[in-house]
Parts: sequence; C-alpha cells; structure tokens
Amino acid sequence: MSELPKWAEIVLVPLISLLLAALLSALIILAIGENPVEALQIMITGALGSTYGWGYTLYYATNFMFTGLAVAVAFHARLFNIGGEGQATLGGLGVALVCIHIPWPHWSLALLAAVGGAAFFGAAWAAIPAYLQAKRGSHIVITTIMFNFIAAAVLNYLLIGALKPKGSMEPATAKFPEPTHLPSFQDMFSTTETILFRGAPANVSFFVAVLACVAVWILIWHTRLGYEIRAFGQSETAAKYAGISPTKIIMITMMISGGLAGMMAVNNVMGEAERLILGSVEGAGFIGIAVALMGRSHPFGVFVAAILFGFLYQGGAELALWTGIPRELIVVIQALVILFTGALDNMVRMPLAKLFAALKRSPRAEA
Amino acid sequence: MTNSAPAIELAGISKAFGTVQANKDISIRVMPGTIHGIIGENGAGKSTLMSILYGFYKADAGDIFIAGKKTLIPDSQSAIKAGIGMVFQHFKLVENFSVLENVVLGAEEGFSLGKSLAKARRELKALADEYGLTIEPDALIEDIGVGMQQRVEILKALYRRAEILILDEPTGVLTPAEADQLFRILDRLKAEGKTIILITHKLREIMDVTDTVSVMRRGEMTATVKTADTSPGELAELMVGRKVLLRVEKKSASVGNKILEIQDLHVKDEDGVHRLKGINLDIRAGEIVGIAGVAGNGQSELLEVLGGYKKATGNIRYKSQQIDLTGAVANAQSRRTLGIAHVPEDRQSEGLIMNFMAWENTAFGYHLDDAYQNGMLISNSAIRTDTQAKMGRFDVRPPDPRLDASSFSGGNQQKIVLAREIERNPDLLLIGQPTRGVDIGAIEFIHQQIVALRDEGKAILLVSVELEEILALSDRIAVMFDGQIIGERIAGETDENELGLMMAGINEDDA
Amino acid sequence: MDLPTLLQILDSTVRLSTPLLLACLAGLYSERAGIFDIGLEGKMLAAAFLSGAVAYATGSAWLGLMAGVGASLFLSLIHGVASITFRGNQLISGVAINFLAAGITVVIAQSWFGQGGRTPQLSGDARFEPITLPFADALREVPVIGPVYFELISGHTSLVYIAILFVPLTWALLYRTRFGLRLRAVGENPASVDTAGVSVIRLRYIAVVICGVLCGFAGTYLATALQAGFVKDMSAGRGFIALAALIFAKWRPWQALYACLLFGFLQAMSLRPDVLENTLGFKVNAQLLDALPYILTVVILAGFVGKAVPPRAGGAPYVKER
Repeated sequence: MSELPKWAEIVLVPLISLLLAALLSALIILAIGENPVEALQIMITGALGSTYGWGYTLYYATNFMFTGLAVAVAFHARLFNIGGEGQATLGGLGVALVCIHIPWPHWSLALLAAVGGAAFFGAAWAAIPAYLQAKRGSHIVITTIMFNFIAAAVLNYLLIGALKPKGSMEPATAKFPEPTHLPSFQDMFSTTETILFRGAPANVSFFVAVLACVAVWILIWHTRLGYEIRAFGQSETAAKYAGISPTKIIMITMMISGGLAGMMAVNNVMGEAERLILGSVEGAGFIGIAVALMGRSHPFGVFVAAILFGFLYQGGAELALWTGIPRELIVVIQALVILFTGALDNMVRMPLAKLFAALKRSPRAEA
Repeated sequence: MTNSAPAIELAGISKAFGTVQANKDISIRVMPGTIHGIIGENGAGKSTLMSILYGFYKADAGDIFIAGKKTLIPDSQSAIKAGIGMVFQHFKLVENFSVLENVVLGAEEGFSLGKSLAKARRELKALADEYGLTIEPDALIEDIGVGMQQRVEILKALYRRAEILILDEPTGVLTPAEADQLFRILDRLKAEGKTIILITHKLREIMDVTDTVSVMRRGEMTATVKTADTSPGELAELMVGRKVLLRVEKKSASVGNKILEIQDLHVKDEDGVHRLKGINLDIRAGEIVGIAGVAGNGQSELLEVLGGYKKATGNIRYKSQQIDLTGAVANAQSRRTLGIAHVPEDRQSEGLIMNFMAWENTAFGYHLDDAYQNGMLISNSAIRTDTQAKMGRFDVRPPDPRLDASSFSGGNQQKIVLAREIERNPDLLLIGQPTRGVDIGAIEFIHQQIVALRDEGKAILLVSVELEEILALSDRIAVMFDGQIIGERIAGETDENELGLMMAGINEDDA
Repeated sequence: MDLPTLLQILDSTVRLSTPLLLACLAGLYSERAGIFDIGLEGKMLAAAFLSGAVAYATGSAWLGLMAGVGASLFLSLIHGVASITFRGNQLISGVAINFLAAGITVVIAQSWFGQGGRTPQLSGDARFEPITLPFADALREVPVIGPVYFELISGHTSLVYIAILFVPLTWALLYRTRFGLRLRAVGENPASVDTAGVSVIRLRYIAVVICGVLCGFAGTYLATALQAGFVKDMSAGRGFIALAALIFAKWRPWQALYACLLFGFLQAMSLRPDVLENTLGFKVNAQLLDALPYILTVVILAGFVGKAVPPRAGGAPYVKER
C-alpha cells in the first residue's frame, strides 16, 4: 500500500471520516422525516449562536478533553484504555471526598486539591488493570471494560450507603459547601451591564483542561518519559533493547491516562453538579475514544475534536428540544466517527492513497 | 536426462511491488525427478517467485507450465491441485493441534472429521514406510522439535499428493545433523520421482544436493547451470555480481586486558527451556571474538543477557567488576552506562523503531544522556544536530535526520545503528548479524568500522550465522551448540570444515 | 430455603442465562475464528429493538425473530467489513457498533412509535410463549421430580430450548467437523489455513455471520420473551457479561453453558435479596452480586485461577507475509 503524505494522514483522513459520518447522519434524519439542513441550523444556533450555547458547548468539551487526552496518552503506548468511564467515576469520588471532608477557605485551593484527588482516584483505578496487563498479561481492553462495571457498582454502593447524607432518599452526596463552588464563565466574564454565559455550566475547569492539553503535548514530545512511552508503543522488543521497562511504561502511562480521565470530575462534579450523583459521567469516558481517534492522539487534535463533540452534544440537546429528533442521534454520529476514524480508516485511506499516487505520477508523465 | 516435458516451467515471470521490481522476466525449467536449487542473497526475489508459484501472489506477466501444460495458479488451492507442495521458511502449523489435525487441515474429505482423521492416520503410516518419515500422529506441534515440525510440513504436502515440492530456506533452523537428515529424505523423494525445488542462500547445500541450480540477483535470473559444471566461487560471483572480497584487511591483533569474563552462565526461558547451559568465555581488549553456530543455539540469548535485557544466573565480570544479572540494575540502560554498546541481531524489530525519524533513533537507548537534556525536558534540537554529524561520518544516505528509519535501505539503517553505538566509544561492543540484509558496498564499510574499533583496543563480541563473516573478522572463534560453547579456535588455525563439524556438535579435539 | 423458592430462583436463573448463553456462543464463534467481538452488546440491542418492533407490527414473534436476526446480522457484517476486509481495529469497531446500536435504536423507535424510544407492549402471539413439555401436568404431583420437571425444565419459551441445544451443536461442530477444525485453526494460525488452500476471509466471514445470527436470537429473546417489548438500553450490559462468560469458559461451549448459568444465577439472586439473606443469615450486598461476574472474570484473566488464554491470532487482521 502506498503511503499518504503526513498532512493528509493528519487532516484529510479524519475530515473525510467526519464528512462520511455527517452524511450518513443526514440520511438518517431524512429517513425519520426531518430536515437535515434545518437540523444543522438548529444545532449551530443552539450550540454556537449565543454565549449560553457556547457555555454548554465548552462545558461538554471540557469533559471530552480530559477523557480524550486519557485515551490519547494510552494510545501512544499502544494501550487501549476503554475504562475512562470507570476512571472518571472514581475521579468523582476523589473530588467529593476532597470537597466534603476538608473545609476550604477559597475555591482555588479546593480546585487544586480536587484536581489532585480526582487524578489520584482515577489513576488508582487504572493502576489495577495496568498491573494485570504488565505482570499477568491480562488483556487491558477486557479488564478496563470490567472495571467500568465494577466502578459503577462501587459508586452505587457508596452513594446509597456511606456517602448519602442522613435522611436523604436520593443516591447522591450532600451538596458541596459554598467555598468549593467554582466560578462559572458567567461569574468570570459577565459585566454589570451584560450578562454572558447566563446559567451555562462552563467553568474555570475549562482552562484546567486546556492546560492539560499543553502538558500532555510537552509530555509526549519533549520529555524522556514521553519518548519512552512512544518507543514502547511502537515496539516492545525494541523498547526492551533500549532499556525501557515495559512494566514501568504500562503502569505510568495507564496511571497518567486514568488520572486524566479522573480529572474530568473537576468539571462535571465540582464545577457543575456541585455534588456527586450516580452516573454523572454520562458516557464521556467513551466519547473520549472518539475524540482521541478523531484528534489522531495529538493534544491539539484532541482539543479541536473535543470542541466539535461539545458542539454535537449541545446541538443534539437543542435538536431534541425543538424537533422530533432525539438526542441519541449524537450517539449515532459518535459511533460513526469512531467507526470511520478507528476501524474503517483503511477504507478512507485506500482511495486517498491511490489518488495521491496518481497525482504524483501525472506531472512526471507529462514531463 | 530424459527428453520428457519439464515438471515445471516458468516463462517470463515478472512481479513488482510498488516501485520495487521483485521479479523481472524470470524463466526456469525443472525436469521431473530432479532437485533444482535457487540461490541468491536475501531480497534477491527467490521467495516472491515461489509465492507466485504457490498462488500467494499474482504475477504481473508470464506463464506457468506444469508437466508441459499451461496452468493458472490464482490461489493456493490451485497450486495444491496442480501437485505443488510448499514448505515455508516459517512453518504454517497450528501449534495446539496434533500432527494429524495439521496434516488433514484443508484436505478433509466430507463434513464429518472422524473419517478424514482415520484415513490420514493410515496414510501417514504408509508415507512413513515409503519415505522413512516416521512421526507420532497424536503429538501436539508445540511439543515437538523444529526438525519434526518440518517433517510435518513435508508430510502435509505428500498427503496432498504433491509431485513438486518447494522448500524455502529449509535448513535455516536446523542443526547440520538435522539438515543432513533432511537431505537424505529429499534424495529419497527424488528417487521416487518427485521434483524438488530448494531455495537457499547457502552455497554448500546447493553443491551437496542439487542437480541443477539457478542464481537470482536483484529480481533477475542471472544463470541456470548444472551443479556438476559449476563451483561455489562461480556461484558466489553470480549471486553478488562481482568477486566477493571475503578477506578483510586487518593487522594482527594486539591484545590487552580481559574486558569481559563470563563464567557458568545459564538462561532458562519462560517455558523453562534451558537456553544457555553454562557458558564460559573471556574477551580481551583489542580482539574480536566471533561466535559461530546454527541460529537458535543460544547466541541470541547470550547477546540479550550481555545487553542487559534477559535475566540469567552465573557470573559475569566486566573490567574486573561484577555485573548484576537478575536485580533491578540488570537492564539495558545500566549496561550502556558501563560502556557496553550493542548492535542487535534484528535491527528492524530491536535496533530501530521504523516509524521514528533517524534523529529519534539516534537517541534510542541513549535518550537519558546528559548531552540530550535541556533541564527537565529532552532537547530534540541537540539530538538532531548530533544525528546530522553522525550521518555525515558514517556516510548515511540520504543524510536527512528527519526521515523515518523505514525509508532508508538496509545498509543505511545498519549504519544509523552502528553510528549510534560505535560513536559512544564503548569498551565492549556486542554486535549481532552485522551485515544481514545489507548490500555489498555497505558490508565492506561496516567490516572496516568493526576492525577499526578493535584496532583502537576495544573488545568486540561478534555473533553471526555467516561462517565466512566469522572467519573473515574474528581473531578468536567460539562455536555454540545447544546452549554451550563446544570449542574455541584461533581464527588462523581453523577452517570452514572444522567449524562446520563443531556447529553440528562434534568437537574432534575433545573427542 | 424451601423447594418452591429454590425452583423459582433456578427458573429465573434459566431465563436470565438464556440471553447470556446465546450471546456467549455468538462470541465463541467469532473469537474462535480470530475476530474479537466486544460488540455483542450492541448487536443484542439492535436485535431486541427490531424484533420487538416487527413483532408488534406483525403480531408474530417468529417474524420478530427474523427481523432481530437481520438487524444483528447487519451490524455483524459492518464488523466483518471493518475487521476482515479493511483490516481495521476489531476492538474499536466493536466499540463503534455498541454506540451505533445504542443510538439508532432510540432514534428509530422514537420516530416509529413516539413513546420515548421504546416499542409498545407486546402481547399474544407477538411474544414467545412458554411451552409446556409433555407429561408436565401429569407428573406435577409426583414429589420433587414433578415440580422440578414442571417448574424448571418445562414451561420455558422455545428460544430457551434452542439456546441450550446450541451448546452440544456447537461442541459437535467445533470438534467433530471439518468446519470446526478450520474455524479453530483460523483463530490460532490463519496462515496454516491459507497455505492449505482454504480462504481465511471466507471462514472468518462465516464465523462473523453465525455470531450475528446468535446475537439476533439473544436480542430477540430479551424483547419478545424475557420482557414484553423493547425499552431503551435493555441489553443493560448483558453483552459484556456474555463476553466475561466466554473468557470464564476459556472459549469452550460446555463451559460457556456453565459460566452463563453461574452468571445468570448471580443475576437471579440479586433480584431476590430476601432469599439470600434468609439462606446465608447475613445481608449480601446487591452491588456485589452485580459486580461479581466482572470481578470473577478479572480474576480469571489475571490467571490466579487457571489462566484464560485466548485464540492466538485473535484481534489481528490476516496479512499474507512476503
């Protein structure tokens, strides 16, 4: 198979995949008797047409940046961490413990501690499958799937037991105390005359997510650890030859990955819900897979893809509000993006490769 | 020879992969009841040609005639129908199936398995009687040795009534004794009227067993001759296109202190198989010690232990200092810090990362070096500058650090590895298969570099399955057989015959 | 625990095990052929929806079954095209299929029925009805054997009996036929099959198709037998429990039956916490029962109790060597 130029690999393949996914979605919308053009307009207006819309789009995007980075970091070591959902669930537990049990004087300190708590719990939850992969050869995809279910059971157990405030009937923690409430975009960007992002959940953790993107970029391409992660991901035998310990790389990479997934909780648990409820991750762990694939495991790609999916989620909610299209359509789009970028990528790549080969040949033939 | 139609005839076969012309207008005729050899260097196109004959690839042009009849072979099924059987270099056996199941697979009769297995059991017995190919039909493949596994492959072909048997590098994994046994079987098959095509890069095998031989070079058939009418020298020249310079210019060694002392080294692999059984070996400064042996007799394990990424028991002293063989320090990083450099046997899966750029590969294994750091971060620009300089000194072409390793030729890839390891000025260089898959021009350069390092007073451990290379480079030669060093010889005082016997486990001095 | 309660629990064990068993055997065919399938969940879900929808529209459970199989087969073929023809990542393809099913079932259900992503209640012939086996009524009064036969063995839907029949059938197919030999070989070393003149691609597609059919049965059972109609996300992780059972069974048919019965029993118990508490004398946490199949699978995968080694060529697309 002839190779594609790098830029085409990075930009063209995901773009075409996205277009294919969009096209198929449009057909589905047509099939259920709605108008795809109108649907797109509603999505754009709803998600990007106001600061309110943006406030939701960026809120979702923040979740997806964390989980997308989690999957991307693991991909660099050729590990498929499908357990972002469970790690983010446990991250929520970390955030809740930090926020409820320590009296914080100011949100900024609480934020730092919550980031630490979330990352710690997420990393710990990823560490067990990582250990089993490194030491016992247990397939990490299967174990992380299993750990998603186990995480749900653990949280369920805690939320109807130890973490539930007395007298409450709801499986949820108490509301976090006031000083741990993070400033929302509305608090940060509104002036006395104009209120921006009114009521939208986007909050200061968005910037934490952007920082995480930058940190991951530095980690992967500008540190010794990142070099070792990439080398291990390319070839385990070569890594051993170079003195890179597979066990160490699997453990560290998965813990970074789990930590990033866990950090999502700072956004949804601390920033938005301000308490821990059941199922708060809402599938964001899985969306991370689509985001990482779409973003070609590059932090900048993840950033862009996360915003795109944020747009889809907010737009999808608007669709459900104004048309007969349920928001599950977004799940379909997400599935198609995963399918085309992750599994059917050769189907996209092959014709492109032929095209480029033909383009390369023709000028020479004329000369 | 009779004037009947050839058992097999290829006429004008051509095949290209992208821009690489793997086979160019190749024609061969092989008469029935003969053994025909096809010889050529790695990458000469031998395997591609045979894959076309077995229906794995479709030729771009050309025809195949079986027993005088033009035959289309679009897939393996047709090849089997045409009476062609193939024994691949890497066996195509299901490891956790029995011999019987492997023989039957794909040649079952009817939906129910029981009858096919019973029939195969009878046939295997008949074949065993006819050709002396005795085997335990219920043994699992994973429990029998490579020699036996190869026998299963031959039986598979015979069970399918193959009249033409193709063997691709059949002796690569065999001991000389097993190889002899194989050749006796081939003779017997020939006597029964089967036609055999033997693909190899070993001249001796061609001279020993074939009736006729074709030589391939860079996708082309350079000659077809009767084996009786040619000589190894002539064949070698035809293979590489010019006289081979097997002697390397070198001064006599001026040997210094012991650099490496290995005592009673043992290695067991994950399955508990004893791979090294008490190795004892010294290497001094300023000498090249060559390890000869058939592949798979423990050479790879020895390199891996010394390189630091295989655990072992025993005693190794490096510059009079004990080396940790099992603990936390027993890793490749700490060996490099000690000044032990390692050019691994398989550069494509160990020595290089094919999707990394040349500069990233230059830091490979040395990415913790102070020179490559910039505070907390790794200094990509420092590595690039260094790589550019190294590429110049080692004449790597093209000298572009930003190219992926995969886009360099075999010889240039090896130069990238050599530059990385030699330029560290190591006291001990471990080097495995230095010229495997490397073009002639680069071979000379690489040999010169190795000798130059030795002349600087460094110790060198050379592992190669090419006996000629061992003889040309080494000052002292140790032969490995079955996880042991069966004997040592001074390079000038031995020859291929003696070493060949030792490689088969026969040491006449000790006997 | 008295006999009626025990029988009740065992009876619901059988009912809850059936979809697991069908999906587990489905996965067995696919994975034995070297195609990892984490999309069992999605295929079940799609089958559950379409079977429910068609059964409702036609009033026939059997037509529903055909539709369910069709839906599952469609997703199976996507998986086949991605992982066999285009040599894509089988795990990612499986993930995509799970989401595709989760999304599209609700989108279409909403469009067709407008009931918030579910089908209307099924009744009458639109559901698979329990079958009373011969003599069940007559034997009912015989002590022990009578109730066991009547309650536990008789009185299930035809799909339950079909599922159990598939176990010996699969065993015979796998170990006593030409097809089985080739199927097992292609999951272990596809090159051996290819060089023997048998098409790897064809074998793998057949395996994927069988997998689709069985998942179709599993999903149909959910919507037309276990429950009366499709509801959103009704597979509820059963595809993953089936996958766990497959690993637990080390990819063998009889063991798959036992593993599915075990996991079905755990599900049945978590529905009756009162019984468990009375029997054991202490309260067993329901979440622990929910999580137990997954925990057990991780333990098995870790090799602390008899290591599970998957088919060797599993997950890797077949590329001819040069």
